[in-house]
Amino acid sequence: MSDLENFRVEVKDWLDKNCPSTMRAGAPADTPIDEVWGGRKAVYKNPDSKLWLDRMGEKGWTMPTVPKEYGGGGLNKEEVKILNEEMFAIGARAPLLSFGIWMLAPVLLEYGNEVQKREHLPKIIKGEIRWCQGYSEPGSGSDLASLATKAEDMGDHFLVNGQKVWTSYADKADWIFALVRTGPKEPKHNGISFLLIDMENPGVSTKPITLISGKSPFCETFFDNVEVPKENLVGELNSGWTIAKKLLQHERKFISNFGLAAGMGSKKDVVSLAKKHFGEDEGKISNPIFRSKVIDHKMKEHAFGLTLQRAADEGGKASAVASMFKYYGTEHNKRRHELMVAASGVNGLAWDGNEFDDSEKNLTRAWLRTKGNSIEGGTSEVQLNVISKRVLELPSG
Amino acid sequence: MKLILNEEQNYLKETALSFVSEKTPVSHLRGLRDSDDQLCWDKEIWSEMVKLGWSGILIPEEYGGSNFGLTGMSVILQECGKTLTPSPLFASGVLGATALTKFGSEKQKQKYLSKIASGELTTALAIDENSHHSPNICELKAIKDGSNYVLNGKKIFVVDGASADIIIVVARTSGEDDDVGGLSMFLVESDSSNLKKVKLDMADSRNYANITFDNVYVDETMILGEIDMGLEPINEILDVGRIALSAEMLGSCEKAFEITIEYLKERKQFGVPIGSFQALQHRAAEMFCEIELTKSAVMAAMQGAEENSNDLQRLSSLAKSIVGETSHLVSNEAVQMHGGIGVTDEYDIGFYLKRARVAETILGNSTFHQERYANLTGF
Repeated sequence: MSDLENFRVEVKDWLDKNCPSTMRAGAPADTPIDEVWGGRKAVYKNPDSKLWLDRMGEKGWTMPTVPKEYGGGGLNKEEVKILNEEMFAIGARAPLLSFGIWMLAPVLLEYGNEVQKREHLPKIIKGEIRWCQGYSEPGSGSDLASLATKAEDMGDHFLVNGQKVWTSYADKADWIFALVRTGPKEPKHNGISFLLIDMENPGVSTKPITLISGKSPFCETFFDNVEVPKENLVGELNSGWTIAKKLLQHERKFISNFGLAAGMGSKKDVVSLAKKHFGEDEGKISNPIFRSKVIDHKMKEHAFGLTLQRAADEGGKASAVASMFKYYGTEHNKRRHELMVAASGVNGLAWDGNEFDDSEKNLTRAWLRTKGNSIEGGTSEVQLNVISKRVLELPSG
Repeated sequence: MKLILNEEQNYLKETALSFVSEKTPVSHLRGLRDSDDQLCWDKEIWSEMVKLGWSGILIPEEYGGSNFGLTGMSVILQECGKTLTPSPLFASGVLGATALTKFGSEKQKQKYLSKIASGELTTALAIDENSHHSPNICELKAIKDGSNYVLNGKKIFVVDGASADIIIVVARTSGEDDDVGGLSMFLVESDSSNLKKVKLDMADSRNYANITFDNVYVDETMILGEIDMGLEPINEILDVGRIALSAEMLGSCEKAFEITIEYLKERKQFGVPIGSFQALQHRAAEMFCEIELTKSAVMAAMQGAEENSNDLQRLSSLAKSIVGETSHLVSNEAVQMHGGIGVTDEYDIGFYLKRARVAETILGNSTFHQERYANLTGF
């Protein structure tokens, strides 16, 4: 047997012994389901969620490609493929959702020093520390580089003052990676640093923002004379913009993949909703005008899925392509939800109460939530700017 | 299925690009049009293409081809599309070669395939009878008379029909006008008695003909495939054609887009390049995204054909439909972004617009393929 075949047998065997039955396809219908984000404040409805996270974290398989010395799985690409396939085969739940994994870890690997990597990566991988992202500010949205939260050099530490906004799940997070101004006299892009801040520090506070969906995934985060040790600076002083941009690419990729993946597998898709509410005529959606919209949409979705596949086959080069995926993926996801709501008629606009079922109420909330997808992580317009300038090399205005 | 080209396919693509850049820039098509050339393609150019082996790419080696596969053929057509290069490659090297390779008898293959590969003869596929591609509708009848079949009826918009030596005719041998079962194919020599060709003048200046059959006698040895074989097998030929044509259309889109982006960088108004205006930048970026999606759909269809995917019909319709829509977007925007010069005959961009629309109607426009995709998927 080849090494890879051996590895597959090992993985199968390990999953068989270590993946709790309630974390797999076929779990009892009444199993409490956790959305596992880890961290110091985590609460689990199902103890198996914690067990599954701990076991996967111990193997380093929540970030399988990261070297073992930083707590990762130390696997190569072929091995990761096998791991994913075997997890898929038993319908294993994702052990951990994490901004640490999706955004921070990749830039720590690239820009962090040895101490930072050894300190932070294992805790991200094991889900011990939950991270949030401190980028946008009330006065700095699309013009992110104008940010004003300042970090003053006080000799042995930085003193941080200012406010961040749209910090996802800041109220549930333990640490924040933040862009701060350290060079107030430098040109705006050259005076920014990338700082890691423990939110248990005195002076850090958060306040949730209620969105149009009624949910509060985002917060405002305040820094009031927060003392941050010097060793928490990632990269050089005033070189944070480079790191910030790199991290945004990871974020954009994740948002576009997430939006699409979330929709494609779901049973409640546009087609079944349209057939349910408009009726079927020999297997076709009865309303011809709506049907034609659905067809157009589903074909674009097919082509977009093929484009994700092609990018992977090409080896996922071109960073600006991340902007295309972010732009197209989020806009497509908005259109998908608009179609699902339209297909459902009145039942697609339910807010609360017992006259509508949960999936209908959730659809309303999900539809409203998608409106933020094309704003967070760089608006669609910013992505189009990036494509114009970096891919098409059109001149700046 | 990997959505990337292998080394040989990349090499073919590069060869084709340097060939068309050097030999057949858009001025080549313009020249043919301005001289009112009745062939609408150039014999010298065609024989050079044949020498490069392009005409035999879909033909098995024992009949003089290289059997290199549809992806190889498609990337060549994609590069031809970049300069709107006219040639019999699509009608003969794709449609004719595929029809004969898939359904020809041993004798027919011996007789015709090597000649298609060597460029000695060219073919055309006569299928449409209406202004819209609808292959299930066929009123042209072939009725048995001894060892002959007698063909009566009319085919329209036959691609390269004005020049082809052999016309592959889809004819009704049983059933009603829209019965998909009673269709058969015949190989008909274009100089047969009672066969009348009228060359069409289309917007894209390429070679098309309407062909009338008024008691055309065809020997039964010229039946291609089975009598009453029906639409399903014929669709296999059409899908190969649709995929190859999608690749050509993609190439035209890519080039029209490239020309437009260059223009946005050069053209100055208000003292600055117009490409610095965000209104134009965003539209250009959106086109970029649509072209990327189109590339993926075309690539998936080509590779699906290579691998005999059982999803090929859907992939073919996805490619042809999306490339049609992207062609609309890109050709219209290309003209608009060029401003006044974009609507002059002197400038090349108008040729891309004209070709885009005509090519879209060949073997089914976007609407046709959306409906087909939807029916195959269960929408």
